[in-house]
Amino acid sequence: MISISGLIGQIFAIALALLLAPVLSGWVGQCRAWFQNRTAPPLLQPYYMLHKLFHKDVVLAHGASSLFRSAPFVVFGCMVLACAIIPALSTDLPLAPAADALALVGVFGLARVFISLAAMDVGTSFGTLGGRREMLVGFLAEPALLMVIFTLAMIAQSTSVTTIVETLAHREFLVFPSLAFAGIAFTMVSLAENARVPVDNPATHLELTMIHEAMILEYSGRHLALIEWAASLKLYAYSCLGLALFFPWGIAEGERFSGLLLAIPMLVLKLAIGGFLLAGIETINAKLRIFRAPEFLGTAFMLAVLGLLVRLMLEGSA
Amino acid sequence: MSATISFSAQLINLFAALILLLAFAMLAQRRVMQLINLFAYQGLALCLSTLVVAVSTGQTHLYWSAGLTLLLKALLLPWILHRLVRRLQVKWDVESLINIPTTMLVGIGLVIVAFNVAHPISELSSTITRGTLAIALAVVMLAFLMMITRTKAIPQVVGFLAMENGLFLAATSATYGMPMVVELGIALDVLVGAIILGVFFFQIREQFDSLDIRHMERLKDN
Amino acid sequence: MDFFVLMLAIPLVSGALLTVFGERAWAPNLNIIASLGTFLAAAGLTAEIVANGPRFAFGEQFFIDSLNVFFVALTAFVGLTTSIFSGPYMKNEAAHGRLTIPRLRLYKSMYQLFMFTMLMALTTNNLGILWVAMEAATLTTVLLVSLYRTSASLEAAWKYFILCGVGIAQALFGTILLYFAAERVLGETGNALLWTHLVEVKGELEPTVMALSFIFLLVGYGTKVGLAPLHNWLPDAHAEGPTPVSAVLSGLLLNVALYAILRCKVLADGAIHGDYAGNLMMGFGLATLLMAAFFLSRQKDVKRMFAYSSIEHMGLITFAFGMGGAVANFAGLLHMTMHSLTKSAIFFAVGHATQKTGTQLMENIRGLIRINPLIGWGLMLGTLAILGMPPFGVFASEFMILTHAMKHHPWATPVLLTALGVAFAAIFGKVQPMVFGETEAKRLPHAPAITPVFLHLGIVLMLGVYIPPYLTRWFHEAARMLG
Repeated sequence: MISISGLIGQIFAIALALLLAPVLSGWVGQCRAWFQNRTAPPLLQPYYMLHKLFHKDVVLAHGASSLFRSAPFVVFGCMVLACAIIPALSTDLPLAPAADALALVGVFGLARVFISLAAMDVGTSFGTLGGRREMLVGFLAEPALLMVIFTLAMIAQSTSVTTIVETLAHREFLVFPSLAFAGIAFTMVSLAENARVPVDNPATHLELTMIHEAMILEYSGRHLALIEWAASLKLYAYSCLGLALFFPWGIAEGERFSGLLLAIPMLVLKLAIGGFLLAGIETINAKLRIFRAPEFLGTAFMLAVLGLLVRLMLEGSA
Repeated sequence: MSATISFSAQLINLFAALILLLAFAMLAQRRVMQLINLFAYQGLALCLSTLVVAVSTGQTHLYWSAGLTLLLKALLLPWILHRLVRRLQVKWDVESLINIPTTMLVGIGLVIVAFNVAHPISELSSTITRGTLAIALAVVMLAFLMMITRTKAIPQVVGFLAMENGLFLAATSATYGMPMVVELGIALDVLVGAIILGVFFFQIREQFDSLDIRHMERLKDN
Repeated sequence: MDFFVLMLAIPLVSGALLTVFGERAWAPNLNIIASLGTFLAAAGLTAEIVANGPRFAFGEQFFIDSLNVFFVALTAFVGLTTSIFSGPYMKNEAAHGRLTIPRLRLYKSMYQLFMFTMLMALTTNNLGILWVAMEAATLTTVLLVSLYRTSASLEAAWKYFILCGVGIAQALFGTILLYFAAERVLGETGNALLWTHLVEVKGELEPTVMALSFIFLLVGYGTKVGLAPLHNWLPDAHAEGPTPVSAVLSGLLLNVALYAILRCKVLADGAIHGDYAGNLMMGFGLATLLMAAFFLSRQKDVKRMFAYSSIEHMGLITFAFGMGGAVANFAGLLHMTMHSLTKSAIFFAVGHATQKTGTQLMENIRGLIRINPLIGWGLMLGTLAILGMPPFGVFASEFMILTHAMKHHPWATPVLLTALGVAFAAIFGKVQPMVFGETEAKRLPHAPAITPVFLHLGIVLMLGVYIPPYLTRWFHEAARMLG
């Protein structure tokens, strides 16, 4: 049954995601600037960007099909859905039954397919190159992500994200070696999926190395705005997922409204720390050559598998 | 149920997992210096896990083994190796030949094998650290793999020493440590072995002008 | 003073002395005198055990019974003759400029320490110490194998160290598992690795753990025995090390490693009902035998060829012990003795022959019988003995193994016969032209020591014709212990 407070919580979560996601991107950018001794852009810079882009006209390439035009909306929709089903604030969400971890991976995969197809749609060489690289990264990152999820699912005995979060929040184990493995693997996958250093660099347009930026070169105006927003939503979604899975403290359970209110500052705090650390990782690592990316993701996959094995062996239920 | 495992056991499991992770990191490491550092960290993790076992079981001789591990494997041997590397000027020796992702996949396969082999034994064990036996076996096998796939002399020796680490982990985890005499003997053998190998490095280099084992393929049957 | 303490103390002390004073003129004599002292002490100990039965030493840490006292006597004896042989041999090497004085010092001190580690491995009651002693034996022989410091000898020593290191690590894992199984029965006392305690409770040891443990122990110590597939170090180490080292490696170290396996087999048999351990050993033994036999014909280096012959015989002995039972064990023990004596005699002869001709390549060694009839005949007779020709003792033991296999494991007979046939053709075909044939000779600066060769062959011949009753009794008792 959908409770009123659940419904409010759900709407609230989506709204919060839409609002917080650009801020998170802005925060990471700010931290990076600090680390690199640059003058930091304002925290709300992504908002200014979005505002600017929404007021610009859309310029479409000549050969662009309807796929090219619809892709930004699909991608944005996918990301909003992902943010809606990740229990960032509360586990008592009406969409919780849909919050299957595998479905979540599927949602991300759908967005990836659309944006890659759209990139190839116009027929420019950069778009095709970016699309191909994106598929390569996705092809390697997805199994690793699935392995991480399986490890967690084995602990919770369910693939539902809400159940996993609830179980982990109440675990009696203090140190799960498998969780440590899975956590590192998840971080590596997140870096790759969100086009971050060391796999990609969101701040560069150097042709030879870029992945994500190469795909969206042809977009402009509100389409670009949606894609940029979707990208920050993706970062937000991954951050929330990571925080919910590995640091599930402070997430509201049950129907009490007070819990929800307490959860918001907790989430903001956790996101702030997470963003700070992300900027740190990006600063101390050099971008890998694109041919080394498979090795990076291979390591992530290996760690995830190790986590699963260690889970089986050390923490087996026997 | 797993929930009943005590805190110390969890800590030991954590350290064991760390040792396994370090074994993999060593397998993936291309630079000699980093490899030696990883080996030192592994020794440290081993020492800490032994210490936790010692505290939680009250076996006094384990304190000695922990101290011995720290001294020998985390400090002395890495120090000797570091000195050797500097003296031999092979600091920038980078492994070129092996395909690391493939090695990793083989490594995962070995871990699965090790877990399967050790599973029936872990079932029998009543010690708090039973799961670690499988990890120990896995570490031994990974070190073995490293020795096979490496072409330079020093990484081979680090592999050999890492194998000893795995064995030591097995000894503490499965049995709370072997009798003290035996452990002392093993430590002595390892130390003497490492020193002999150190001497060897110089001789090999004198003869072959390199520490690349691939030069040493003259002795064959035909 | 206690014979046992003397036996262990003499090589240890003299090893230390030789480290310090090894460059003095009397050092080679000290080496021989120490070996003689060790042998006398071992003989005294043997007499004591034969008269009074098994005994302990140093609390329960050492244990000598009829099984290992037999190996102890053999080890001390071959150790003595090898030291006699190595006196002139090493002087010749030094005269040829292949060795310097400090290397000779290293050789002598390591030789004594090697004897010490082997005697310790044989007499210890603690399976952990057994491992430690085996590893120490590896370390001392690594230095001995690389004595010439040529690229080939370094390569051989490196291979030896790495392979045996890996093998011995497996053995340690096996020992840990064994301890793990024992601790559940004997409790957390220091006794859980003592063989005498283990053997009393062998029926209660956990079969799953023991099965796994025995595999690791067999593969681990098997590496040192030279069992396939981890035998690669053996031909290299034998061919590139000094000949006395080849003699003690083949004649003694392989035996000691096999002894370790036998001790563990007794425990495994007790824990696991059925022929698990025996079948494993039979499989490894046959594979080794077959592999070695076919490699024999491809050899060009004489020491390498006889190294493969050692692998072959170790395979056969492992097979014999794998069959189990009083007769097969008896044959196995007899064959070990025969092989030790014969093979070391062959290496003595080969050593002198290679020194005379200045090469180890068989195609360049010709007409030994003209150069030095004694060496020529020694090599020929030794070869005939090792190939199992009557009336030498090897024939008796091989015959016993074969007939026992025919009776109880007929499937193995064709394999055994093929391997022995191939080995015979290969070795005899190569040794014959070496002994007879044309050559031009040169004189050695130091007269070779021929006595050890014929002493060994004489004993082998005698045992082939007549085994004294007390020796039979002794073998029987040891064989019974092995179950």
